[in-house]
Amino acid sequence: MSNEQGTKTGNSFEPKIVAFFCNWCTYTAADLAGVSRFVYEPNVRVVRIMCSGRLDPQFVLKAFREGADGVLIGGCHPGDCHYQEGNYKALRRFYLLKKLLKQMGIEDKRFRLEWISASEGDKVQKVINEMVEQVRNLGPLRLETIPKPHHTPSQQPAVAAGK
Amino acid sequence: MGKPKVGFYWCASCGGCEEAVVDLAENILKVVDAVDIVMWPVALDFKRTDVEAMKDGEMAVAFVNGAIRTSEQLEMAELMRKKSQILIAFGSCAHSGGIPGLANLYDKESILRAVYDENLSVPTNEKARPQVETKVAEGTLTIPSLDDKVKSLDQTVEVDYYIPGCPPPVKLILEALTAILENKLPPKGTVLAPDVALCNECPRKDTKPEKLTVNEFKRPHQILMDTQKCLLAQGLLCLGPATRSGCDAACIGGNMPCTGCLGPTSRVRDYGAKALSAIASSLDAKEDAAIISLLDSVADPAGTFYRYSLPASFLFSRQHKGE
Repeated sequence: MSNEQGTKTGNSFEPKIVAFFCNWCTYTAADLAGVSRFVYEPNVRVVRIMCSGRLDPQFVLKAFREGADGVLIGGCHPGDCHYQEGNYKALRRFYLLKKLLKQMGIEDKRFRLEWISASEGDKVQKVINEMVEQVRNLGPLRLETIPKPHHTPSQQPAVAAGK
Repeated sequence: MGKPKVGFYWCASCGGCEEAVVDLAENILKVVDAVDIVMWPVALDFKRTDVEAMKDGEMAVAFVNGAIRTSEQLEMAELMRKKSQILIAFGSCAHSGGIPGLANLYDKESILRAVYDENLSVPTNEKARPQVETKVAEGTLTIPSLDDKVKSLDQTVEVDYYIPGCPPPVKLILEALTAILENKLPPKGTVLAPDVALCNECPRKDTKPEKLTVNEFKRPHQILMDTQKCLLAQGLLCLGPATRSGCDAACIGGNMPCTGCLGPTSRVRDYGAKALSAIASSLDAKEDAAIISLLDSVADPAGTFYRYSLPASFLFSRQHKGE
């Protein structure tokens, strides 16, 4: 994905949405949407993660920084998490991150979490179409450019401390 | 061969980093024995022209603290970079933007408006704003211009090492000076502090429960603290799990929760996001409504999780309509 926010074609703006779908429910549902020929907007780039609980808030911010106009998280319904608790952790992080994004001036509708089970291919279609439409209306996300020379502290190998 | 030359400079900072150098106490004498200090605005009378007169790379090490927001700070950062072999970002502000970096939540115009037009302690009818150039009878006076955004030092010039902290702990300063003098510096770009989380060196580590379940975040003045027990387990928003160690848990020792001044470990790219993640997962709630109401006790997430690092975050600065 280029660093540019979604492109303008003709008069209408086409947003880029990054979707993080969990392996066990929502990604399977997206597969189902595909084999069922449910047509949905092509603005979404789906990234498969093992569990919505694996979603580090850094991924969301990085997606916004790298050009996403919206970020969608899909996980298993409460009580259905393959790893028992992962989706609850995702939900807590989602609400706190949403609060932080609001302070940063990023509109509410750009960041969404939905529970979509493996059998809900139609919900994948509905949620994606809805979100693309909403973000299209919001227009491109404009973040200030990070000044260069940008030199991040180098990564050191993980250490097993105290051992 | 003469003693290696060392310079200090301050940019957008409070002066606490300078104080931390003075806190070396009698050790400062050993430092002065080993090096020649050639620039140190807070303590010694050297001028910018003295630095300009040096050859490029003549200073062995330059310690620059403070974030970068004005044209003067940028010029000095560039000058110190040019004249030194090793440039060290000293303290949270130089490392990641620090407290001044929170100004990136606003645009320049609203900051100037709040300070000069609407501030109750200035005569509001004048609406006088600082001007870069002012003509007076004797000639033209100039002051530095204000940039749109606050930047960390490494967003303006190349930085070789980082000494984090607000202010940097004396122990870390001493270790860094020793490494420099003994020529035992790690690879360029390293943060000169232990690369593990603060909880690891926390004296209350053993009282941290296996699974944290926080029902409400409280502020330090709202409870009578147990002075031995893990602060997170007492419902205080302590950022120890996400913050680099190296301070000997000084704040915890004073019964204050960690606010994250040493920044992240090297495996984390965005401190605030990671700290937010750690804190959010410790909440004891599963329903949407319960989570939302519990999060009312985290009044200011940006100010809490990016207290020292907004400019170094992925988001860098809030978007401003019409810019």
